[in-house]
Amino acid sequence: MEQNTLPTPVANADSKPYWDAARERRLVIRKCKACSQLHFMPRHLCPQCWSDQLEWVDAKGTGTVHSFTVVRRASDPAFTALVPYVVALIELEEGPRMMANILGADALEVKIGDRVKVTFEDRGDGALLPQFQRA
Amino acid sequence: MKTPASLKNKIAIVGVGESDIGKVPNMTGLGLNAQAAKRALDESGLKVSDIDGVLTAYSFTEPYFMLGSVLCEYLGVKPRFNASVVSGGASPAVMLKHAAEAIASGQAETILVCAGENRATGLTRDAALSALLAVGHPYFEQPYGGSIPGYYAMIAQRHMHVYGTKREQLAHVAVNTRAHALRHPNAHMKRAITLEQVLEAKPIADPLGMLDCCLISDAGGAFIVTSAERARDLKSKPVYLQGIGEYHTHEHLMCAPSLTEFGATESGKTAYQMAGLGPQDVDVAQLYDCFTIVPIIELEELGFVKPGEGGAFFAEGHARIGGKLPVNTHGGMLSHAHAGAAGGLFGIVEAVRQLRGGLGERQVQGAEVALVHNEGGILSSHCTLILANDKG
Repeated sequence: MEQNTLPTPVANADSKPYWDAARERRLVIRKCKACSQLHFMPRHLCPQCWSDQLEWVDAKGTGTVHSFTVVRRASDPAFTALVPYVVALIELEEGPRMMANILGADALEVKIGDRVKVTFEDRGDGALLPQFQRA
Repeated sequence: MKTPASLKNKIAIVGVGESDIGKVPNMTGLGLNAQAAKRALDESGLKVSDIDGVLTAYSFTEPYFMLGSVLCEYLGVKPRFNASVVSGGASPAVMLKHAAEAIASGQAETILVCAGENRATGLTRDAALSALLAVGHPYFEQPYGGSIPGYYAMIAQRHMHVYGTKREQLAHVAVNTRAHALRHPNAHMKRAITLEQVLEAKPIADPLGMLDCCLISDAGGAFIVTSAERARDLKSKPVYLQGIGEYHTHEHLMCAPSLTEFGATESGKTAYQMAGLGPQDVDVAQLYDCFTIVPIIELEELGFVKPGEGGAFFAEGHARIGGKLPVNTHGGMLSHAHAGAAGGLFGIVEAVRQLRGGLGERQVQGAEVALVHNEGGILSSHCTLILANDKG
């Protein structure tokens, strides 16, 4: 059998500071200096006002479960051995939403509205993936 | 925002076709497109030389770049209007809009719109599922092992949380559409299913089970669009475009502005406005149904029911042929066919057929106005169209 390993983070010009921060166990998000809007998926300009004056700010690392699913059949073979596992949309304390797994022994009991806090999962070679667990 | 120029009564669909559907191992994806195109053209009575425009979508199964040109080459057509439209499941309706605009502005007179893939036999099941992984964001979603059913499951979960939609109501959508597919001679699925079977089917991503998910078929679909004037003296009864609108809010679920409000409200508003019609005027609806939650949301956003009432509408049987608003009378993507962009295209094919009449036990009596809704991505791209058998 072919051994499938979990995907490792891929940094590009938009996201390198995000993944570098994750290696230091920090969750960072983008903030627009012009309109103060925060957004999750890093990009070249602010999706609200198109200013290119952006900064990285540390997120508190807490949020709530906006929605979730328990995956019982993985599409990506790398995840087959992990089923059932939880994929969730997390609404960060600061507002933006991001996707993550809910980790921990009580993960499958997760409900919408649960408070969660960030944790970091080792995906090899020092790369850490932001994840969440129930607070 | 400026109101888009009206396309009302400018164009008509004059031929529709479906390829053989199901597992069709003796045909390529392009072959399925060609078979559907030939059937649509034959029905219209037009000749190949009349086609001066071709639109198609995309394929996960065949290794071609520039699929629009590839299909023209395969068909031996040299058009003056051609493109490949990649709006996911919304592509067929969006292609109809592009075709209508091109004809209305004189860029072309007769356009073949075509889509399809040999997704059941051209790829292994695992390869098909991994090809579709690309719908998730490569850097911020895929590392978490999501899947298309998983993303839609999160939408279902949120709808259940906010509106109290029940698991059983989702299952009713699957039962409903299967009952319709049994009345369609070319539907992929041939056996009835019960509510219990849907609820007990293999779990995929909570709350969705196997029978809440669309099929993986070999299938191609096609329709021929021409000007309303040209349509008058053709072999088939023309079906006129009354209104059409699109709206796009995001691509990836993490960037969706809301998990309960999507772009169908806006695309529907534009289509209704252009047609001068409202939901109360629609006799039959063909709604995108890649997963059972989706037509529930579309019924709500398109104004047929209030937010949160879509599930009950299906459970109470109102969406059945003979009900208040028959939905997916061909069996939808859950039971008729799903093969890439062909899935939503069959909604257009079925709407045309319902408006022409004569479908026997599948016929919605007195159908004069049909609404079709296509969506692509994760409820990201939306296009609504309203068709009528009379210029209204």
